[in-house]
Amino acid sequence: MSGTASLRGWGRTAPTTAQVLEPRSLDDVRAAVAAAGPRGIIARGLGRSYGDPAQNAGGTVLDMTGLATIHSIDADSGIAVVDGGVSLDTLMRRALPYGLWVPVLPGTRQVTIGGAIGADVHGKNHHSKGSFGNHVLSLDLVTADGALRTLTPDGPDAELFWATAGGMGLTGVIVRATVQLHRTESAYFVVDTDRTADLDELMGLLTDGSDDTYGYSAAWFDTTTTGAQLGRAVLTRGSLATLDQLPPKLRHDPLKFEAPQLLSFPDVFPNGLANRLTLRAFSELWYRKAPKRQRGSVQNITTFYQVLDLFGDWNRVYGSRGFLQYQFLVPFGEETTFRKVVEKIAQSPHASGLNVLKRFGEGNAAPLSFPQPGWTITVDFPIARGLHRFCDELDDLVLGAGGRLYLAKESRASAATIRRGYPRFEEWRKVRDAADPTGVFTSDMARRLELTN
Amino acid sequence: MIDAVGNPQSILLMGGTSEIGLAVVEAFAADRPLRVVLAARPSERLDAARARLEGLGCAVETLPFDARALDTHADVVRKAFTGGDIDVAVVAFGLLGDNEQAWTDVETAVELAQVNYTAAVSVGVSLAERLRAQGHGALVAFSSVAGERARRSNFVYGSTKAGMDAFYSGLTEALRPSGVGVTVVRPGFVHTRMTEGRKPAPLSTTPEAVAAVVVDAVRNRRELVWAPAPLRVLMSVLRHLPRAVFRRLPV
Repeated sequence: MSGTASLRGWGRTAPTTAQVLEPRSLDDVRAAVAAAGPRGIIARGLGRSYGDPAQNAGGTVLDMTGLATIHSIDADSGIAVVDGGVSLDTLMRRALPYGLWVPVLPGTRQVTIGGAIGADVHGKNHHSKGSFGNHVLSLDLVTADGALRTLTPDGPDAELFWATAGGMGLTGVIVRATVQLHRTESAYFVVDTDRTADLDELMGLLTDGSDDTYGYSAAWFDTTTTGAQLGRAVLTRGSLATLDQLPPKLRHDPLKFEAPQLLSFPDVFPNGLANRLTLRAFSELWYRKAPKRQRGSVQNITTFYQVLDLFGDWNRVYGSRGFLQYQFLVPFGEETTFRKVVEKIAQSPHASGLNVLKRFGEGNAAPLSFPQPGWTITVDFPIARGLHRFCDELDDLVLGAGGRLYLAKESRASAATIRRGYPRFEEWRKVRDAADPTGVFTSDMARRLELTN
Repeated sequence: MIDAVGNPQSILLMGGTSEIGLAVVEAFAADRPLRVVLAARPSERLDAARARLEGLGCAVETLPFDARALDTHADVVRKAFTGGDIDVAVVAFGLLGDNEQAWTDVETAVELAQVNYTAAVSVGVSLAERLRAQGHGALVAFSSVAGERARRSNFVYGSTKAGMDAFYSGLTEALRPSGVGVTVVRPGFVHTRMTEGRKPAPLSTTPEAVAAVVVDAVRNRRELVWAPAPLRVLMSVLRHLPRAVFRRLPV
C-alpha cells in the first residue's frame, strides 16, 4: 500500500508531504531504497520524535510498522531478535513472561526498535544502564547501495554501527536488531518519592550520592512558580522489585504487565488552552498530589514511569498549532545554567507543564548520541508568538554552558547550534557519507540542520 | 525547511528590489540569517539590497528577472531552485501606473495587466510546480485592497490585483494537498517609492509594518491577511456599500 500523505512529528508542527510506502518484507525495503528518487528516502516508526526526523518532503517515507515480527526471545540468554518495526511495548509484553525486561525505556513505550536505535533513546535508568545502543548486540541495516549489512558494536563495521545509533535514520534502514534483555523478578518498581521545596533542595538530593543506589531516577519540576518556590520538584526514584519486595497479593503474578490506556484525546482542543494559567494549575496539582516523603512504595510501570502512556494522542491537548519539546543537557558543574533556564521560563510568557530533570551517566561511542555525563532537562512549550526568539535565547544559555540539544526532540534549532553541541559531528558525517555517498537517505531534519549534503 | 516555530532557511523574492518584499526578507533575517535569492532586473538598487542583506549575515544570490518577458519566467524560477529548496517564495513585483493614462491608453493598460496579472500568474504557475515537487514551502503573493472593490481613481490597477488575488486564492486550495501554504497579502496604502507623491489613503502603513504582518502570517500559516489588519473590516464595509454611496466617498 502506498500514497501521498502529510506527515508531522509528535509535536504536530511543520507538516510536509511525502510518498509513504509500507514495506512488508526485506525485499520491499531494498526495492524502495533502490527506487528512491532525487529527494531521497527515510524510515519512519511510530512518529514519536517531536520534530521532523521521520518526514521527507517531496520524497519517500518508509512506514516500518508493518515489518514487526519478533523472531526469537531466548529465555536463557535473554537475547531477542526483532524486526525494526517492533514497538518497545510489544517487545516488553512478549518478553515479560520469560522474566525479561527491556533494558532501556523512554517516556513512552510507543517507539519502534528502529527508532530507539536511530535516536539512541534513554530512560530514567541512564545513570545505571546507559542508552539503547548499549544493549544492541547487532543490527541489520539496508544501506544506500541496497546491501544488507549486519553491524556489531565492535566488529569490522563498528563505525557504521555507532553512526547508526543516534544517526536519525540517515545511514540506512534498520530492518532487524538483536537486543540483550535483562532479567527481572517482577514488573513492579519499589519507589521512593521526595517532594522538594525548591531547586536547591532537589539538587542536594541528586548530588549527595543517593542517586546511585537507585536503578531509575528522574524529577519533575515546576517552571510556573517564582521566588522561594522556584523550581520546586517531585523526585521519584526506584528499582525493579524483587519477588520478596512485593506484597503477598502481587506475588502470585509478579510479571503481570498493567498498562491500560485510560482514554484517547479527541482532536478538539483549541489553541491556547495550554497556557500559563492552566499549566500553573496543573503544576500546583501535580506538586500537591505527590507525598512529601515516601519510601518503598510498590508501583507499576505506568504509575512510576510512563504516565503519559495512559492517554492516547495526548499531544492533541496543545491544539492545532502544536508544541515543541526542548530537551538539552549541560555538563556537571553547570547547575547554574539549569537555574537560569528555570528562572527564564518562569518569567517568560511561555509556560511549560511537563518538566523533567535527570542525571545522566556515561555516554557511549556513538558520535551523535545525546547522553553525556551531566544534567538533562526537558520542557514543553505550546507554539506561540515569540517562541522562536525565546528558544534561541535558551540555545545561547545551553551552548554557552557547553551543552547540547537532543535530536529526537529537536524541531527548531539552527544547523550551527547542533554542530556546536556535537563536537564529533564531522566524524559521524564522514562515516555516513561513506555509507551513502549520493545522499539517498535524507529527511526534513537532515535538510533543516544540514546533516547530509 | 520551515521549522516548528516558523523560521525559514531560504527565501526567494520575485521582484528583488520591491521595498515591501525586501522588508519581508529583512524581517526574517533579523531573527535568523537565511539564504536569499533576489530575482530582479540588474540595477544599483539590487546591488544595494544584496549588500544590505549580506550585512545581516545572509547568503545572497541575484538572478536576472524581467516580469515583462513572460517566456523567460519558467527558466528564472528553475534557476532559483538550483541552490536547494526554497522555503518562502514571495511574489512582490508590480506596477501602480497612472490611472487616467491607463484607462485611456491601450499600451499603458496592457502593460499594467501584463505585469500585475499575466506575469504574476506565469510566475505563480512555475513556482507552484517547484513547490509541489519539494512537498513543502510557503508562497506569498502581494495583492492589494485596491482589488477588493474597484475605485474610479485606481480601477485599472485594481482590476489587475483583483485577477491575481483570485488566482492566488485558488492556488491556496490547489496547493494545500501538496503541503504548500499560500498567503495572499492585501496591503492598503504603503509609503514607498511607488506611491511617492500620492495622497495617502486612510490606514496608510509602511513596508516594515507590512513585512511584520507577512512574517507573522508565514510563521502561523495564515492564508489571507490585510496590512494593517483593520483594513479587513473597513474593506468589508466598503465592499457592501451601494454604488451610489461608494462613488461619493473621498477614497
